[in-house]
Amino acid sequence: MTAYGLLIDYEYCSGCQSCEVACKEEHKIPVGQWGIRILDDGPWECTDGKFNWNKIPTPTRLCDLCAERTAKGKQPSCVHHCLTGCMQYGTVEELAKELEEKPNQVLFVPKPYQY
Amino acid sequence: MKLFKGQGTADLGKPWRYEEDGLTVTRGCAWSPPGCHPVGCGIKTYVNAEGELVKVEGDENHPVTGGRLCVRCLTMRDYVYNPDRVLYPMKRAREDRGKNKWERITWEEAFDTIAEKVAYYKENYGAESILMQGGTGREGGPMLPAYAQAALGTPNASQPLSGYSCYIPRVAGTTYVMGVAYPEMDYAGGLPGRYDDPMFKLPELIVFWGKDPLPTNGDGLFGHSAIDMMRRGSKLMVIDPRVTWASTRADYHLRLRPGTDTALAMAMLDVIISEDLYDHEFVEKWCYGFEQLAERVATMPVEKAADICGVEADLIREAARAYAAAKPAQIAWGLAIDMKSNGTQAGHSILALEAITGNVDVPGGQLVGDVNDGLELGFGWKELGVELQNKILGLKEYPAMVSFVLNAHCDMVLDALETGEPYAFKMAGFEDCNGLAGTDCAQPARWHKAYQNLEWCFGIDVWLTPTIQACCELFLPLSSTIEHDTVVYSHYGASPITMGVANKSITVGEGKGDCEIMYEIGRRCMPINFGRFANFYEFLEEYRLNGKTTFEALREEVVHQKTETLSYYKYKSGKLRPDGQPGFNTPTGRVELYSTMFRQFGEDPLPYYEEPQYSPASTPELMEEYPMVLTTGARTYCYFHSEGKQIPYLREINPDPIVEVNPQDAQRYGIANGQWVRLTNQFGSCVLKAKVTQQVYPGLVAAQHGFWFPEADSEEPVLYDIWRSNINNLMPHFHVGKLGFGAPYKCLICKIEPIADNFDTDMAEVWRRWGNPAVRK
Ligand code: SF4
Ligand code: SF4
Ligand code: SF4
Repeated sequence: MTAYGLLIDYEYCSGCQSCEVACKEEHKIPVGQWGIRILDDGPWECTDGKFNWNKIPTPTRLCDLCAERTAKGKQPSCVHHCLTGCMQYGTVEELAKELEEKPNQVLFVPKPYQY
Repeated sequence: MKLFKGQGTADLGKPWRYEEDGLTVTRGCAWSPPGCHPVGCGIKTYVNAEGELVKVEGDENHPVTGGRLCVRCLTMRDYVYNPDRVLYPMKRAREDRGKNKWERITWEEAFDTIAEKVAYYKENYGAESILMQGGTGREGGPMLPAYAQAALGTPNASQPLSGYSCYIPRVAGTTYVMGVAYPEMDYAGGLPGRYDDPMFKLPELIVFWGKDPLPTNGDGLFGHSAIDMMRRGSKLMVIDPRVTWASTRADYHLRLRPGTDTALAMAMLDVIISEDLYDHEFVEKWCYGFEQLAERVATMPVEKAADICGVEADLIREAARAYAAAKPAQIAWGLAIDMKSNGTQAGHSILALEAITGNVDVPGGQLVGDVNDGLELGFGWKELGVELQNKILGLKEYPAMVSFVLNAHCDMVLDALETGEPYAFKMAGFEDCNGLAGTDCAQPARWHKAYQNLEWCFGIDVWLTPTIQACCELFLPLSSTIEHDTVVYSHYGASPITMGVANKSITVGEGKGDCEIMYEIGRRCMPINFGRFANFYEFLEEYRLNGKTTFEALREEVVHQKTETLSYYKYKSGKLRPDGQPGFNTPTGRVELYSTMFRQFGEDPLPYYEEPQYSPASTPELMEEYPMVLTTGARTYCYFHSEGKQIPYLREINPDPIVEVNPQDAQRYGIANGQWVRLTNQFGSCVLKAKVTQQVYPGLVAAQHGFWFPEADSEEPVLYDIWRSNINNLMPHFHVGKLGFGAPYKCLICKIEPIADNFDTDMAEVWRRWGNPAVRK
């Protein structure tokens, strides 16, 4: 079966949190829970005086890759609304190619899991 | 054409209204409320057969936003159906101010009461005894003078923000110096091919100066356009004391001390001039006073500015060279320019930078509007008559401000409210203005007391804000941007980008939009201005569309790129001057590096540096007691100033009012991350929650503004707890610049101490009160 994923160009993720909120609205997720969440690393100063600050949107165990939307030919809600346009949805195969083309990206292949 | 790879395509080419899966979908452009500047982001509403909003989605057809939405519009459903919204007009007795003794009434009664009161106060005290207080950004913001002058018939419109230190100083300065309304960074918003349009040139360098446009979209600029351009190759420079996310993606970050922008800009000018990096042709043909400017900025060599600003001299030099070398380069200048008492000088210097490097009115540089495309300003002003016009408060004292914006001088309004001099205000209206809640009013407790001298007041808002609860006898409910028809013009019409419609797609209670409310009030109080319109749409078409198109035609289009009025090099074609002559619309016909208008107003015609009134350099004697530099008011994605605290997903992002503290200072003062602290200075104090972070440098604290707590008791004296975390308690009254513009909201001093109390927001309570019932179960 073809695997699908979310490719995130974290060089450009501004931390606007539209993905978090779009997901909550789409999937009716209460406060205190998330379908995707920004992990925030920074800012901290490096020896050269520049600051490291990366925001990494991380899908949670609630992310179903917007199965309902994508079945209708729509983008996942987070991807559709992302203010920087730093997210992409597609097959792992396509996205892996994109990974090769540009550094500072991360590929998630989320699937709701139960233990 | 896609603006970004993940852009939606499913609904491209859809009409303004269509059916999908049994739902009616309406495309529109959002303005306010929820509060925002006129960005007009494309939004689709999905409404079921019962007329209920099921969801919203960004409209991928929008040429600027392409389907993207910020969290404020994404939570539209939680906003429009929020149980705290006031859905009907209400009244209460004068003695019940501050109490929940409101009684529902009809719109007819509400409008008739306003008309009666207006007639009464005009008759007994003169029209000038009526005051209109307005807020910012929302649709009612730019309508403030019209609300007062055209609809009520009083000259006295005023935003209670000291020195009107938001946008207006920049616009006025630009008008005087350059003869255009506002040179925005050019992001090809009005061009059909956007960044790939043949008319456009990608900027080599984008500068964010005292502005963080990603979260704020200030003045209608869609901030993330900068990211679009950076992904296509533009470089970024950030001039900001704080580390912002954008600054970590910038090649240059100049972390100047708050309030020292003029010194930095003058030094950059000096580098560019003395190293001969300027555009000779533009300077010779289109600038006035270059020699005098060169002489003046030579008094601010880089080393001196480095000392003042706390930025390394070499970095200033490199930044100046990089800016001069980039062709084109563009500057997004922001609120920090206005929030300093002589910010006008910083503005003048930045305009000079743009001009002498030849970046004005060129593709990818500073975009300016066609003189023939301006919106009609001064609606109802002429009809007031000379006698009333002359009574506008502050006309004699601050003509450069008052006669330009047709607003009474904000600080003089407080004095008049307190003293009754030169005359007493008796009645007031508050539109889109929650000034007491740490947004506008410096010394809010003084304003609160002074407002009690007013005999009768009305308020227009979505919420029973603390300002209205404290002051008003009548409440008019405002509808959200998807509940009324109106026109949104990006950048208040000052830049040729887009015109869009906000389409009514649902009805919630009896709320009305600002334009309709103003029309209804105006029709009753000032038929001379409104009598000629058969209905609200006729009014809207003249007022917002200049009669150039009809609302229905624009509605079909949803959003219109103003390509027909967009051109570059207008100073050569004569499209910047009403007489059609080449040049700029200034007394000399050139960009005035030496401003003849400033000279005429008694101000120095050339930029000069002045220290903030309270700072390590100007008040060293105070630094022992107040060792920290205090800057305030940086916005976040989730709130529009005081708005949004009742929206659970927004509150979750920023539950408590934050002050950023550097780890070194946290150590020194014994502050733990997340601990509540007290900020105090000569003018007042408040408590905030410390975020220990390297976003601020040692010695600097940055405090959030606009916090009130809608979950707290709404009645006086608690008044939604507006005093506890009100950063404007620390803002002095009437510390304005020579021309009346600007106040030190962003450059003060204070001390910081940890406290034992914990005021953390209870998110469970927030969710219980305001969570979507369908999700809450
Ligand atoms: S793909 Fe859908 S479910 Fe997954 S994070 Fe994005 S919005 Fe949420
Ligand atoms: S919406 Fe996009 S830019 Fe915003 S936080 Fe999420 S991934 Fe980052
Ligand atoms: S910027 Fe304004 S109009 Fe655009 S999505 Fe945000 S709140 Fe809505």
